[in-house]
Amino acid sequence: MSWTRICAYDALAPERGVCALVDGVQVAVFRTYDGDLHALDNLDPFSGAYVLSRGIVGTRKGEPTVASPLHKQVFSLVTGRCLDEEGVSVPVHAVRVRDGLVEVNVRRPAGFFEELRAVAAAG
Amino acid sequence: MRIVVVGYGPAAHRFVETLAGKGFDGRVTVIGEEPRPAYDRVHLTSYLSGTSADELTYAVPGGIVTRLATRVTAVDREARHVVTADGGAEPYDVLVLATGSAPFVPPVPGAEHAFVYRTIEDLDAIRAAAKDAVEGVVVGGGLLGLEAADALRALGLKAHIVEMSPWLMPRQVDEGGGSVLKGHIESLGLGVHAGSGVQEVVTGPDGRVAGLRKPDGTLLEAQVVVFSAGIRPRDELARACGLDVGERGGIVVDSAMRTSDPSVYAVGECALAGGMVYGLVGPCNTMAEVAADRIMGGTAAFEGADMSTKLKLLGVEVAQFGAMDGALDVTYMDPVGGVYKKLFISDDARTLLGGICVGDASPYTALRPFVGKELPAAPSDLLFSGAGATLDLPDEAQVCSCNNVCAGDIRTAIADQGVTDVPGIKGCTRAGTTCGSCVPMLKQLLEKSGVEVSKALCEHFAYSRAELFDIVRVRGITTFSELIAEHGQGRGCDICKPAVASILASLHNGHVLDGERAALQDTNDAFLANIQKNGTYSVVPRIPGGEITPEKLIVIGEVARDFGLYTKITGGQRIDLFGARIEQLPEIWRRLVEAGFESGHAYGKALRTVKSCVGSTWCRYGVQDSVGMAIALELRYRGLRSPHKLKSAVSGCARECAEARSKDFGIIATEQGWNLYVGGNGGFKPRHADLLAKDLSTEELIRTIDRFLMFYIRTADRLQRTAAWLESLDGGLDYLREVIMEDSLGICADLDAQMEHHVATYADEWRATLDDPEKLGRFVSFVNAPGVPDPSIVFASERGQIKPVMAR
Repeated sequence: MSWTRICAYDALAPERGVCALVDGVQVAVFRTYDGDLHALDNLDPFSGAYVLSRGIVGTRKGEPTVASPLHKQVFSLVTGRCLDEEGVSVPVHAVRVRDGLVEVNVRRPAGFFEELRAVAAAG
Repeated sequence: MRIVVVGYGPAAHRFVETLAGKGFDGRVTVIGEEPRPAYDRVHLTSYLSGTSADELTYAVPGGIVTRLATRVTAVDREARHVVTADGGAEPYDVLVLATGSAPFVPPVPGAEHAFVYRTIEDLDAIRAAAKDAVEGVVVGGGLLGLEAADALRALGLKAHIVEMSPWLMPRQVDEGGGSVLKGHIESLGLGVHAGSGVQEVVTGPDGRVAGLRKPDGTLLEAQVVVFSAGIRPRDELARACGLDVGERGGIVVDSAMRTSDPSVYAVGECALAGGMVYGLVGPCNTMAEVAADRIMGGTAAFEGADMSTKLKLLGVEVAQFGAMDGALDVTYMDPVGGVYKKLFISDDARTLLGGICVGDASPYTALRPFVGKELPAAPSDLLFSGAGATLDLPDEAQVCSCNNVCAGDIRTAIADQGVTDVPGIKGCTRAGTTCGSCVPMLKQLLEKSGVEVSKALCEHFAYSRAELFDIVRVRGITTFSELIAEHGQGRGCDICKPAVASILASLHNGHVLDGERAALQDTNDAFLANIQKNGTYSVVPRIPGGEITPEKLIVIGEVARDFGLYTKITGGQRIDLFGARIEQLPEIWRRLVEAGFESGHAYGKALRTVKSCVGSTWCRYGVQDSVGMAIALELRYRGLRSPHKLKSAVSGCARECAEARSKDFGIIATEQGWNLYVGGNGGFKPRHADLLAKDLSTEELIRTIDRFLMFYIRTADRLQRTAAWLESLDGGLDYLREVIMEDSLGICADLDAQMEHHVATYADEWRATLDDPEKLGRFVSFVNAPGVPDPSIVFASERGQIKPVMAR
């Protein structure tokens, strides 16, 4: 558990995402309209492509969301849960601002989620 | 059970379709003398304006055996088989005669040189003859006669109509209506000769038709003569095998559609039901359904039919419903405006018996269901447009006479099957699927049933795209934040953000990645490239009209080679380069822009390409420069953002090598100019484009396309292609023509100005991006490692090029 600096807060545009590479993990970092930051795994579990940082940021019933740019499934930026298909979610990573810099803390090793997904797919 | 159907017209089609729908599992053989399966005769005339025979032809239901171009010469009722012209025999357990009718040709000298108006082959022959003709005469001023006259006019002939009765359409209108109708038709430049018979068809010394002589000796000069003076049932097979036929023709049937031989049925125009031969599609369909039901053991009966008619011929609405006389009548006549409306009422002035309309058929839709019922309002009120709109129909009132669907059936579909729109009603009940004249009524029934069809774009906006467009335009809104704060809620989503981005782009035409707008775009617009399954992008430089120099081709090849891109020719006559990573896009485009390429907008809901055939410059058949026109159009509309992608094509002659009729707007060259087709597309639900206007000059063509596109952009739903938009447009193609060619809404100047603004402010968005460090800064793989390629992107090789490999 350690924090990694990725960029200046000002480099993030409102309602857009960027991708950071942290210890081999692709992390999608989003800045919402009101200035909050959220970080999810960049891997879109539906397509298997690393693209969530390029989705459209919005809200669903007040909850901040991102829609996969490939097939438009919507994920909660808060919980990582897919709001269009029950039982699917993406890992959430910790993100904070220190001295005007954005830092993320990757909570799980890269392989963990892949394994979980493999188990879920098998069973 | 083996069923043999003789004749393959619309009634036979409805019969086999009904059988199939009821799950009939025996053998069904349909033998038709025409070379194709049944086709839509109601819309036959559209064949001359470009609808193909295939489009008019009905699909053959599965499991049906068809024998086309085959004539049945005899029926052996003893042996229970029919004999075909090739000497074969087709055995049956049940025989259905659907032999239709033949046009009546009066036995006058020279009649063999005249045409009739019934089959696709007839139309081919008329079209061929019209090529060298200047004038044409149609004998018969009924419904079909006027249609034939309209067809001659459309083929460029000066047309005359000769009618035996003292006025036109004597079956549908009375003398007063006939005189108003005559005024309309003469004002179109057609000659009307009512109260006149035919002496002979005159031929010249060369044996070709020279005219038509009337009994008073006068000669109407014409090189084409068409007889459309009624029909005669084709009952010769029935007659020869000893079935009962009527004195004036027609195979006698009972209410079950059975002939005098219980194993032989007759349906359609060949049948004499209750002493009547029916020549309208509605009753013929009902007969076919009754016969199918009976054969399957049902109890349906044909009890006669409503002969009400509503049509628009030569631009004039004519309608007739119920009785054509009554104890009392109320008439409204406006000879100046060309409107005639009459209602027939019972002697106690309480019951509606029927009505006639010329020039304005609006009372028809509202009042026809009230025939035989108490008048819903004062007769004089009922004669004016819209008066019927608020009337409540009784359940048993027939709404669709073509398919015999009552108001109650439609209400049931809405209440029990959850139908919420007109296509749903069509699918459930068939109402509105044949002539379409009842569609306004279907809409009213939907509205009255309280179905609330939500037009909200998404949870953030309670408005449709068209309404949002107007809000943005009228209130001068320039940002999404402003719009959602004042007219929406929340912070948007992947539905409303790109839709609003598109509206802002259509109206203001600034760069799609300027300021806040960048965050509204789908990834394709955000990176000005097309995302592929592995997260890489493809690049499509614009190649206007598909014309490209060898030098530019070489540059594309070099770029593809240097960046290791997969290369494929697109359907839109361009080249697609696949497998580019985000951080490579600016470098790729720097080279392309330097070589003179611009964005092809393959990633946008915008004009894509204008395809072209090689045209008159090279092609020995071409009549216009299709390549030059395609390039001009592509350059004019490049960058135009719209509710969905826009595709176009230009063909240099009628051979249509550019496939223009499968495009949102397609142009086909003629000797005189350009024909413009709109509303076509390929894709999931292919649709051929409709002819909007003919023989336009280049200037007229561009003006019409300008307005078509801008009107579409203003009023379409999100992601609604022009095909679906046109189909949902109230009033369809006629309405579109009124709006953009006759300026019925007074908005053409506005549409023109909007397009001028677009053309004047267009700038290549890739060049602008390369010149803007802030925008370029977003083209990185990782914010903390901008130059590191995404390690998840892996390629294998196939046929000498890359292909993506997915991790799973």
